[in-house]
Amino acid sequence: MTETNHQQASGGREPPVSRESPVSREPPVSREPPVSAAPASPQNSAGKGRFWRSLDELRETPEFLDYLRHEFPSQADELTDPAGRRQFLKLMAASIGLAGATGCLRQPEEKIVPYVRQPEDAVPGNPLMFATAMTLGGYATGVLVESHLGRPTKIEGNPQHPASLGATDAFTQASILSLYDPDRSQTVMKGGRISTWGEFLTALAAELPDIRGGKGRGLTILTETVTSPTLADQLRALLRELPEAKWRQYEPAGRDTVRAGAKRAFGEYVDTIYHFDQADVVLALDADFLACMPGSVRYAREFIDRRRVGRAFQPVGSTGNAGSPHHNQAGNRGETSQAGKPDLRMNRLFAVESTPGLTGAAADHRLALPASQLENFAKLVAAELKVPEANGSTPAMADVPAPWLKALVSDLQEHRGSSLVIAGDGQPAIVHALAHAMNRTLGNVGATVEYVEPVAAEPIDQLASLRELVDGMRQDNVEWLVVLGGNPVYNAPGELEFAKHYEQVRLRVHLSETFDETSFISHWHIPAAHYLEAWGDARAFDGTATVQQPLIAPLYGGRTAHDLLAALAGHPERTPFELIQAYWKTRLGKDDFDRSWRKAVHDGVVPDTRSPAREVSWSFVGGQAEPRDELPAADRLELMFCPDPTVWDGRFANNGWLQELPKPLTKLTWDNAALVSPGTAEKLELANFDVVELSLEGRTVRAPVWIVPGHADHSLTLSLGYGRSRAGRIGDGAGVNAYSLRPARSEWFAGGVELKKTGEKYPLSVTQHHYSMEARELVQVGTLAEFNANPNFLDHGKSHHPEQLTTLYPKYEESENAWGMVIDQTACVGCNACVVACQAENNIPIVGKEQVGIGREMQWLRIDRYYRGPIDAPEAYFQPVACMHCENAPCELVCPVGATVHSHEGLNQMVYNRCVGTRYCSNNCPYKVRRFNFLNYDADLSYDGEQAPVLKLLRNPDVTVRSRGVMEKCTYCVQRINEAKIDAQKQNRPVRDGEVVTACQGACPTQAIVFGNIRDPKSQVARLKDSKQSPLNYSLLAELNTLPRTSYLARLRNPHPDLEGPADDDTPPVEPTEIDRFKREHAFKREHS
Amino acid sequence: MSPSPHDESVQSAERERQAAERLAAERQGVGGALPVIEPGHTYASVTDQVSAIVLSRKTSRGWVLGFALSFTLLMAFLYATCYLFARGIGIWGTTIPVGWAFPIVNFVWWIGIGHAGTLISAVLLLLHQEWRTSINRFAEAMTLFAVSCAGMFPLLHLGRPWVFHWLFPYPNTMDLWPNFRSPLVWDVFAVMTYFTVSTLFWYAGLIPDLATLRDRTRSRLAKIAYGMLALGWRGSAAHWHRYETAYLLMAGLATPLVVSVHSIVGMDFAAGIVPGWHTTIFSPYFVAGAIFSGFAMVMTLAIPLRTVYGLQDFVTMRHLDNMAKVILATGSMMFYGYLSDVFYAYYSGNEYERYVIINRALGQYAWSYWALIACNIITPQVFWFPSMRRSVPVLFVVSLIVNVGMWLERFVIVVISLHRDFLPSSWHMYYPTRWDFTHLLGSFGLFFTLLFLFIRVLPMISIFELRALVHEKEGEG
Repeated sequence: MTETNHQQASGGREPPVSRESPVSREPPVSREPPVSAAPASPQNSAGKGRFWRSLDELRETPEFLDYLRHEFPSQADELTDPAGRRQFLKLMAASIGLAGATGCLRQPEEKIVPYVRQPEDAVPGNPLMFATAMTLGGYATGVLVESHLGRPTKIEGNPQHPASLGATDAFTQASILSLYDPDRSQTVMKGGRISTWGEFLTALAAELPDIRGGKGRGLTILTETVTSPTLADQLRALLRELPEAKWRQYEPAGRDTVRAGAKRAFGEYVDTIYHFDQADVVLALDADFLACMPGSVRYAREFIDRRRVGRAFQPVGSTGNAGSPHHNQAGNRGETSQAGKPDLRMNRLFAVESTPGLTGAAADHRLALPASQLENFAKLVAAELKVPEANGSTPAMADVPAPWLKALVSDLQEHRGSSLVIAGDGQPAIVHALAHAMNRTLGNVGATVEYVEPVAAEPIDQLASLRELVDGMRQDNVEWLVVLGGNPVYNAPGELEFAKHYEQVRLRVHLSETFDETSFISHWHIPAAHYLEAWGDARAFDGTATVQQPLIAPLYGGRTAHDLLAALAGHPERTPFELIQAYWKTRLGKDDFDRSWRKAVHDGVVPDTRSPAREVSWSFVGGQAEPRDELPAADRLELMFCPDPTVWDGRFANNGWLQELPKPLTKLTWDNAALVSPGTAEKLELANFDVVELSLEGRTVRAPVWIVPGHADHSLTLSLGYGRSRAGRIGDGAGVNAYSLRPARSEWFAGGVELKKTGEKYPLSVTQHHYSMEARELVQVGTLAEFNANPNFLDHGKSHHPEQLTTLYPKYEESENAWGMVIDQTACVGCNACVVACQAENNIPIVGKEQVGIGREMQWLRIDRYYRGPIDAPEAYFQPVACMHCENAPCELVCPVGATVHSHEGLNQMVYNRCVGTRYCSNNCPYKVRRFNFLNYDADLSYDGEQAPVLKLLRNPDVTVRSRGVMEKCTYCVQRINEAKIDAQKQNRPVRDGEVVTACQGACPTQAIVFGNIRDPKSQVARLKDSKQSPLNYSLLAELNTLPRTSYLARLRNPHPDLEGPADDDTPPVEPTEIDRFKREHAFKREHS
Repeated sequence: MSPSPHDESVQSAERERQAAERLAAERQGVGGALPVIEPGHTYASVTDQVSAIVLSRKTSRGWVLGFALSFTLLMAFLYATCYLFARGIGIWGTTIPVGWAFPIVNFVWWIGIGHAGTLISAVLLLLHQEWRTSINRFAEAMTLFAVSCAGMFPLLHLGRPWVFHWLFPYPNTMDLWPNFRSPLVWDVFAVMTYFTVSTLFWYAGLIPDLATLRDRTRSRLAKIAYGMLALGWRGSAAHWHRYETAYLLMAGLATPLVVSVHSIVGMDFAAGIVPGWHTTIFSPYFVAGAIFSGFAMVMTLAIPLRTVYGLQDFVTMRHLDNMAKVILATGSMMFYGYLSDVFYAYYSGNEYERYVIINRALGQYAWSYWALIACNIITPQVFWFPSMRRSVPVLFVVSLIVNVGMWLERFVIVVISLHRDFLPSSWHMYYPTRWDFTHLLGSFGLFFTLLFLFIRVLPMISIFELRALVHEKEGEG
């Protein structure tokens, strides 16, 4: 194992260790069933003082032998067969011979088998961490994967990777389940019949002369966005060899508009990297940079790092600034510090968006506009900013309040060089170009905005590329089509009718992880290896490359794009490992390659691969590049297609964790829905669950309606990724297919959608029905100005002072450790990464749509979402809620069998073995964080448990799998606490601050969750809980005197002083509409139950 | 010889008519108080009439039909229970946050019904309320059966019912005791004790009658069975002396239990911090409610029984009238309870408590709250009118309504309180499934199956106490 640079892994666990390669030098262990494990039979030792059980046995009567044969069949055979021992030896010899015979074959060197000779580091019970990277839309996020004796079980972020910084998003967390997905394709298929890779190679070999003869004419390779340097290298080499062959690309949630925008602004493709850590004022133009954008995990961290005012606070007169690295860095308005008052600063975010997203929820000022209006809005702002390119185009926009615009413009202008305008992937090129122009005018280029060489290997207009492919197929110019990943039959825009034309291709080969829609109508389907199963490489949003190393041998013999391209190039014997090493040998240099390779694999980052900065020349092209419909007329609607917050473009449709993950704002699970604003719903007389028929240019889909406060009026959103027909047992039939409606346009929205009510209803499962806080102070909110004026502005009058209350019960024993958690609601962006991380770490089952519908979801950690303010433009707040580990836990008191008890370190523990399932604890829990196994969820769901034994490999061996009838809940990741305590004990020292990292904390991109020992006054969590140092700290429902160990930091907003209206309490509550809505909903439910 | 059923019905019709005449006379201020036993009965006639139901009366078609129906329901209950054990309690609509629902509602309701028996037997015995005599036997039986029904539900509603014994404090290898701080453990003790004492009390009360049956039956098998159950009762003075003492002592023992059981069931809720549960009035309020529903159930059963079996002489209008008064009185206590709920929610200033009341009255389940008010508060008000108290159909209908109302009351307390508590994010509706209803109806099957068997094989009215009553009346006369 390499000795280089062991980094501190997330979770204070084993440092990541690169897997030595090739790992296996041994043939696999013979799996011959033991012919007979019986010891020498009684016969052989008869009469030599042996033990006997009865006189019959001693005499070996026929009755006894008969009995024995029935009782112990294998022994009986040995007993009655006089040549038993000989037979045994014969079989043994044969099996050894066979083992030897297989041993003579050369094993593929990168094959991974269970350890035969145990490596030094592999201690059973101690997981190892390996660095690799997961890609989404081609862009890599570096991860560290926890491996238990060869089983990857949990994914953490790689702190060294620029796109991760130690955190992940929800997709990355859930990707481990996709590895073990029992519905993954398990074999090569030829025309729907089981085949082999060898047969495929034979068939390909028969075609190769034709392909080569025509220099590749008629051969098309369709990929998704490729950032893998090796794959790109292979493709280019193949195209050099076969110059007539075509390489097409299509990514369903692609970045065509971003590329086109760069081209319009600079005349060439460049990638933009944003530096939110330098930005004081951010304008997001339908850009959900906190959720779905390459690099969003990093962007979220950098953005939130400039808002951590609550944590940066230092009481007046205190010295030392250890806890506030952002104190001096943040700067917004130039308030002068007054004596005795803190002067803290935050960045300010203006967000304009159509569909409510995480960025809008985090924004200080949010404006809802239909997606098509963003262009005009951008022009308006650009004109106000005196951007030269916007001259002459100042459209009047009635929907944009003048003070809003004025405040935005003045803020941007006051922060030249520290402001940032960012356009969303779904916006047309012109908006991106205008954003570039605004950044240029504001002097942000080089400060908050950086232009670099494109990360994608071949940046092209993918939609045009796909269109050309379809044209080619239509004209029968495509004879061979090799689809490397992707699922175009499902996710190509409906307008192109890809499936129809695809079937005209003579030979269709599809590589994919599941036997999906495209596989179904392909001649050959090749199962693809999961990224944790195969060697590969990929680049992050900033170009940093990672060598992906496998953690486990392909479960189902999956292949990679590298294999397929090598076969096409006539070298099927070249393995991905060889190819990747060969490529990186050219990059890392042959000198000392072994060492630099190992370091790169170990670190998960190849040094010096960040895309070089690019000096761009300004060559702005105005006007509209693509003809688009006029802005929607009053009676017509606009439809937004966005990647789904939980299943993305459909590739995660069969991932149960993601399907059951409540979408951040709608809290919908297992379905997508046509999202509409309350105003539009009222106008069109739509209610939740109504099924509507949406038609666009003759294509129609039927979708249920879901009303979302804060959605833009005259606009609908239908997320992509649903309506799969061949996703697997989880994904099939969930939701509606938005692709079938999608026009072949690069932006993600389309006007002119007709909506027709069908009068039908469709049940949707949501996890949170209630939007309002009912005037209860659950999420405490304040503004920066209030905080600066008086840090103790929050009314804590309701909270008790625990020490003063008398109690009948004795105090808990003081212990060395007292675990506690603080959740910073200013930092929480509601991205859901923690929820999936918790599910992965704690073996939490999924329960299915119906069970979620009746309120039985099992996630230990949920993110409550509340709205405040008017229903058409509410502020959204996220509040992650898991077990509070109350010191006066109401659940413990009422359990009749003592199945939930308090540990001396303050953990509220659940003893699954003792639980009889009265559910009194859940009733008495004011936070409702307890989850009950109403059914045997593992076995009852056809997807899970006994029917899919492969899922057992996924289990975290450190956490019990719960059975039916048992209550469960957040444990503060007690297994991680114990691991850290054992380590500390071995070294005879206390557990260090930061050594225990809970799963949710580790996954959080914004470090909103802080965990540790509150008994240690120097720990971060203790400082955040100290009311003097952290005046924003409060306990949820403190008035109940439950003394929760998890507390919250109040949300701080930084509104523009000119825009903050009167106190929010005067605004009408969301409730009345809600009540009507739910009356309808429940009337419906009653009808259908 | 016992009269034929035909004669009996003629006789009963005749008596009914006489009673009506007396009632009319009373209204005109002519008559006195209603009698607890119709005049003209002798020791023999009392014994004849009551024991004949068991011994010589043919098994009527109505009985067979009723039993068949009850037994079918019982089988449905068993089927549902098997399915429940096979699948888990997820077959019910119970969910989070409504962790308790129909099963607990049914439990509390049946326990409440199980109150009247012991109250009538023990408390009224101690208070020398002679009118208890004709109704105490089947009221006690009803108690036992209701408590049996009730006892099923806490077991069935466990997530892992096969380890229900962990709720008992028994010495075990794990060296673990139940958590004595939990009201559910108190509940186990209270219900078990109540069931045991009620059974003994009922059985003790049966002994002289079992001996009577033993002596009168002509079936050898029955003679043996009744004989064994009668424990060699010969009716000697010594027997009577000891019997009376023991019965009185047991009555003394049973009396506090009447109060304790439902107090503790009330504490199941009151000890929780759920708004809508966490109130000190729950114990007395639950006891009043239990007596209320118990008397309603006695009335529901007594009215058909006395009609079908011609027992109008023994279960007279006086009994029904008294029971109606008890219902009115306890119903008024319930009203006080509801009022105090509202008042304390207002007076406490606690936003959660206030919300509970508003949600009860105006929320998703408001129908159940208003139905409960209509059933429990408004309907019993008719009993202010003596004429209503003496109209058999009115009594019967009101008693049914009160039973429904009391079930709704538990539904309101359990479900409405839970479905919206502290954090609005967790608020969720509860919808019962068909299995919830199967278990509810099936528990009626259990109850009525036992009841039908009881009225077929045991004297439903205490013969010896009736004889004592005849003696006293004669003495008075």
